[in-house]
Amino acid sequence: MCNQAVSLVAAELERQGIATVVVQLLKYVAEQVRPPRALVVPFPHGYPLGSPGDPGRQHEVIDAMLRMLEDSSLTPPALVEYDPE
Amino acid sequence: MATLSELPLRWQLFLRTYRWRTIDPVPWTPLRKPLSECRAALVSSAGFSLPDQQPFDESIRGGDFSFRMIPGDSDVRRLANSQRSELFDHRGMLEDPNLAFPLDRLRELVARGRLGSLATANLSFMGSITAPGRLVQKTAPAAAALLVKDQVDLALLVPV
Repeated sequence: MCNQAVSLVAAELERQGIATVVVQLLKYVAEQVRPPRALVVPFPHGYPLGSPGDPGRQHEVIDAMLRMLEDSSLTPPALVEYDPE
Repeated sequence: MATLSELPLRWQLFLRTYRWRTIDPVPWTPLRKPLSECRAALVSSAGFSLPDQQPFDESIRGGDFSFRMIPGDSDVRRLANSQRSELFDHRGMLEDPNLAFPLDRLRELVARGRLGSLATANLSFMGSITAPGRLVQKTAPAAAALLVKDQVDLALLVPV
Protein backbone atom coordinates (compact mmCIF):
# COMPACT_ATOMS: atom_id res chain seq x y z
CA MET A 1 0.00 0.00 0.00
CA CYS A 2 2.90 2.33 0.82
CA ASN A 3 4.32 1.74 -2.66
CA GLN A 4 1.03 2.78 -4.25
CA ALA A 5 0.53 5.83 -2.00
CA VAL A 6 3.89 7.43 -2.81
CA SER A 7 3.42 6.64 -6.50
CA LEU A 8 0.05 8.40 -6.61
CA VAL A 9 1.53 11.45 -4.85
CA ALA A 10 4.47 11.39 -7.30
CA ALA A 11 2.08 11.45 -10.26
CA GLU A 12 0.38 14.57 -8.92
CA LEU A 13 3.73 16.27 -8.29
CA GLU A 14 4.80 15.52 -11.86
CA ARG A 15 1.52 16.99 -13.17
CA GLN A 16 2.40 20.17 -11.27
CA GLY A 17 5.89 20.40 -12.75
CA ILE A 18 8.00 18.69 -10.09
CA ALA A 19 10.31 15.86 -11.20
CA THR A 20 10.06 12.77 -8.98
CA VAL A 21 11.62 9.40 -8.21
CA VAL A 22 9.95 6.85 -5.96
CA VAL A 23 11.59 3.94 -4.21
CA GLN A 24 9.60 0.76 -4.75
CA LEU A 25 9.95 -2.34 -2.59
CA LEU A 26 7.79 -4.55 -4.80
CA LYS A 27 8.41 -4.65 -8.55
CA TYR A 28 4.95 -6.18 -9.05
CA VAL A 29 3.26 -3.13 -7.50
CA ALA A 30 5.46 -0.70 -9.47
CA GLU A 31 4.41 -2.45 -12.69
CA GLN A 32 0.73 -2.27 -11.73
CA VAL A 33 0.66 1.36 -10.54
CA ARG A 34 3.26 2.80 -12.97
CA PRO A 35 4.88 5.73 -11.12
CA PRO A 36 6.79 8.06 -13.49
CA ARG A 37 10.25 7.05 -12.20
CA ALA A 38 10.69 4.04 -9.92
CA LEU A 39 13.84 2.64 -8.34
CA VAL A 40 13.06 -0.94 -7.30
CA VAL A 41 15.22 -1.97 -4.33
CA PRO A 42 15.89 -5.52 -3.09
CA PHE A 43 15.34 -4.68 0.58
CA PRO A 44 12.62 -5.90 2.99
CA HIS A 45 9.57 -3.81 3.76
CA GLY A 46 10.47 -1.28 6.45
CA TYR A 47 14.03 -0.95 5.08
CA PRO A 48 13.63 1.15 1.90
CA LEU A 49 17.17 2.60 2.01
CA GLY A 50 18.89 -0.60 3.10
CA SER A 51 20.12 -0.55 6.68
CA PRO A 52 19.63 1.60 9.79
CA GLY A 53 22.76 3.45 10.90
CA ASP A 54 24.41 2.92 7.50
CA PRO A 55 24.69 6.37 5.89
CA GLY A 56 26.90 4.96 3.12
CA ARG A 57 24.22 2.55 1.89
CA GLN A 58 21.50 5.19 2.31
CA HIS A 59 23.55 7.59 0.16
CA GLU A 60 24.05 4.91 -2.50
CA VAL A 61 20.29 4.41 -2.86
CA ILE A 62 19.62 8.16 -2.92
CA ASP A 63 22.38 8.62 -5.50
CA ALA A 64 20.74 5.97 -7.69
CA MET A 65 17.51 7.97 -7.43
CA LEU A 66 19.27 11.20 -8.36
CA ARG A 67 20.95 9.55 -11.35
CA MET A 68 17.51 8.56 -12.64
CA LEU A 69 16.54 12.23 -12.55
CA GLU A 70 19.68 13.16 -14.47
CA ASP A 71 19.19 10.44 -17.11
CA SER A 72 17.55 12.20 -20.05
CA SER A 73 17.22 8.90 -21.94
CA LEU A 74 14.51 7.56 -19.60
CA THR A 75 10.89 7.62 -20.71
CA PRO A 76 7.72 7.19 -18.64
CA PRO A 77 7.07 4.94 -16.83
CA ALA A 78 10.78 4.43 -16.04
CA LEU A 79 11.70 1.49 -13.84
CA VAL A 80 15.27 0.83 -12.72
CA GLU A 81 16.37 -2.01 -10.45
CA TYR A 82 18.93 -1.05 -7.81
CA ASP A 83 21.84 -3.46 -7.56
CA PRO A 84 23.50 -3.24 -4.13
CA GLU A 85 26.72 -4.90 -5.37
CA MET B 1 12.55 -8.19 -1.28
CA ALA B 2 11.32 -7.42 -4.75
CA THR B 3 8.90 -10.27 -5.33
CA LEU B 4 5.51 -11.08 -3.85
CA SER B 5 6.48 -14.69 -3.22
CA GLU B 6 8.65 -13.65 -0.30
CA LEU B 7 5.65 -12.23 1.58
CA PRO B 8 3.35 -14.20 3.89
CA LEU B 9 0.72 -16.07 1.87
CA ARG B 10 -2.26 -14.00 3.05
CA TRP B 11 -0.49 -10.82 1.93
CA GLN B 12 0.39 -12.37 -1.41
CA LEU B 13 -3.28 -13.18 -1.98
CA PHE B 14 -4.38 -9.70 -0.95
CA LEU B 15 -1.83 -7.94 -3.13
CA ARG B 16 -2.62 -10.12 -6.15
CA THR B 17 -6.37 -9.56 -5.92
CA TYR B 18 -6.27 -5.89 -4.85
CA ARG B 19 -7.43 -3.47 -7.54
CA TRP B 20 -4.37 -1.25 -7.94
CA ARG B 21 -4.73 2.34 -9.15
CA THR B 22 -2.89 2.40 -12.47
CA ILE B 23 -1.48 5.80 -13.40
CA ASP B 24 -2.53 6.42 -16.99
CA PRO B 25 -1.37 8.51 -18.71
CA VAL B 26 1.92 8.70 -16.83
CA PRO B 27 2.85 12.35 -16.27
CA TRP B 28 6.49 13.34 -16.79
CA THR B 29 8.50 16.37 -15.78
CA PRO B 30 12.12 16.36 -16.93
CA LEU B 31 14.79 17.88 -14.72
CA ARG B 32 15.25 21.40 -16.06
CA LYS B 33 18.58 22.29 -14.46
CA PRO B 34 21.59 20.66 -12.78
CA LEU B 35 20.93 18.94 -9.45
CA SER B 36 23.32 21.39 -7.81
CA GLU B 37 20.83 24.16 -8.60
CA CYS B 38 17.69 22.20 -7.66
CA ARG B 39 15.54 22.53 -4.57
CA ALA B 40 14.70 19.04 -3.31
CA ALA B 41 11.83 17.78 -1.17
CA LEU B 42 11.46 14.53 0.70
CA VAL B 43 8.15 12.66 0.80
CA SER B 44 7.80 9.53 2.91
CA SER B 45 4.91 7.24 3.73
CA ALA B 46 6.49 5.94 6.95
CA GLY B 47 3.96 7.69 9.19
CA PHE B 48 6.37 10.03 10.99
CA SER B 49 5.20 13.20 12.74
CA LEU B 50 6.79 15.80 14.99
CA PRO B 51 5.95 15.80 18.72
CA ASP B 52 3.73 18.90 18.39
CA GLN B 53 1.75 17.42 15.48
CA GLN B 54 -1.34 15.24 15.50
CA PRO B 55 -0.31 11.58 15.06
CA PHE B 56 -1.83 9.67 12.15
CA ASP B 57 -5.13 7.96 12.82
CA GLU B 58 -5.14 4.21 12.21
CA SER B 59 -8.90 4.07 12.78
CA ILE B 60 -9.83 5.92 9.57
CA ARG B 61 -11.47 3.41 7.26
CA GLY B 62 -9.45 2.94 4.06
CA GLY B 63 -6.42 4.67 5.63
CA ASP B 64 -5.43 8.08 6.96
CA PHE B 65 -4.95 10.16 3.81
CA SER B 66 -3.61 13.28 5.58
CA PHE B 67 0.02 14.41 5.68
CA ARG B 68 2.31 16.30 8.03
CA MET B 69 4.81 18.94 6.94
CA ILE B 70 8.27 18.23 8.32
CA PRO B 71 10.52 21.33 8.02
CA GLY B 72 13.90 20.71 6.40
CA ASP B 73 15.80 21.67 9.54
CA SER B 74 13.99 19.13 11.74
CA ASP B 75 15.91 16.77 14.00
CA VAL B 76 15.01 13.27 12.75
CA ARG B 77 15.56 11.87 16.25
CA ARG B 78 12.48 13.81 17.36
CA LEU B 79 10.22 12.15 14.81
CA ALA B 80 7.49 9.99 16.32
CA ASN B 81 5.99 7.10 14.41
CA SER B 82 2.38 5.98 14.26
CA GLN B 83 2.71 3.40 11.47
CA ARG B 84 1.13 0.18 12.75
CA SER B 85 1.18 -2.04 9.66
CA GLU B 86 1.78 -5.70 10.49
CA LEU B 87 3.30 -6.23 7.07
CA PHE B 88 6.83 -5.25 7.99
CA ASP B 89 9.46 -4.94 10.69
CA HIS B 90 9.42 -1.43 12.18
CA ARG B 91 12.60 -1.73 14.24
CA GLY B 92 15.00 -0.37 11.62
CA MET B 93 13.22 2.92 11.03
CA LEU B 94 12.60 3.41 14.75
CA GLU B 95 16.33 2.92 15.38
CA ASP B 96 17.26 5.26 12.52
CA PRO B 97 14.46 7.36 10.98
CA ASN B 98 16.83 8.20 8.08
CA LEU B 99 16.13 4.68 6.82
CA ALA B 100 12.68 5.87 5.70
CA PHE B 101 12.92 9.65 6.14
CA PRO B 102 16.50 10.50 5.11
CA LEU B 103 16.51 14.16 6.02
CA ASP B 104 20.10 13.98 7.35
CA ARG B 105 21.28 12.42 4.08
CA LEU B 106 19.66 15.16 1.98
CA ARG B 107 21.18 17.87 4.18
CA GLU B 108 24.59 16.22 3.62
CA LEU B 109 24.00 16.30 -0.15
CA VAL B 110 23.17 20.01 0.04
CA ALA B 111 26.33 20.61 2.12
CA ARG B 112 28.40 18.76 -0.53
CA GLY B 113 26.83 20.78 -3.33
CA ARG B 114 25.21 17.77 -5.03
CA LEU B 115 21.80 19.37 -4.39
CA GLY B 116 21.06 23.07 -4.39
CA SER B 117 18.81 23.32 -1.34
CA LEU B 118 16.39 21.35 0.80
CA ALA B 119 12.71 22.26 0.84
CA THR B 120 10.96 23.78 3.80
CA ALA B 121 8.01 21.57 2.95
CA ASN B 122 9.02 17.94 3.34
CA LEU B 123 6.02 15.69 3.67
CA SER B 124 5.11 12.70 5.78
CA PHE B 125 2.21 10.41 4.87
CA MET B 126 0.87 7.23 6.40
CA GLY B 127 1.17 4.60 3.73
CA SER B 128 -1.42 2.01 4.72
CA ILE B 129 -4.07 3.50 2.43
CA THR B 130 -6.25 0.82 0.85
CA ALA B 131 -8.85 3.30 -0.46
CA PRO B 132 -6.73 6.02 -2.14
CA GLY B 133 -9.57 8.08 -3.65
CA ARG B 134 -9.29 10.90 -1.11
CA LEU B 135 -5.50 10.82 -1.37
CA VAL B 136 -5.72 11.29 -5.15
CA GLN B 137 -8.51 13.87 -5.16
CA LYS B 138 -7.68 15.98 -2.09
CA THR B 139 -4.40 15.34 -0.33
CA ALA B 140 -2.01 14.84 -3.24
CA PRO B 141 -3.09 18.11 -4.95
CA ALA B 142 -2.73 19.95 -1.61
CA ALA B 143 0.72 18.41 -1.14
CA ALA B 144 1.74 19.41 -4.67
CA ALA B 145 0.52 22.97 -4.09
CA LEU B 146 2.70 23.23 -0.97
CA LEU B 147 5.78 22.04 -2.84
CA VAL B 148 5.10 24.33 -5.80
CA LYS B 149 4.76 27.26 -3.38
CA ASP B 150 8.10 26.22 -1.83
CA GLN B 151 9.61 26.36 -5.37
CA VAL B 152 10.63 22.70 -5.25
CA ASP B 153 12.20 21.28 -8.42
CA LEU B 154 12.39 17.61 -7.49
CA ALA B 155 10.99 15.21 -4.93
CA LEU B 156 12.33 11.91 -3.63
CA LEU B 157 9.57 9.63 -2.38
CA VAL B 158 10.18 6.78 0.03
CA PRO B 159 7.64 4.12 1.03
CA VAL B 160 8.13 1.53 3.77
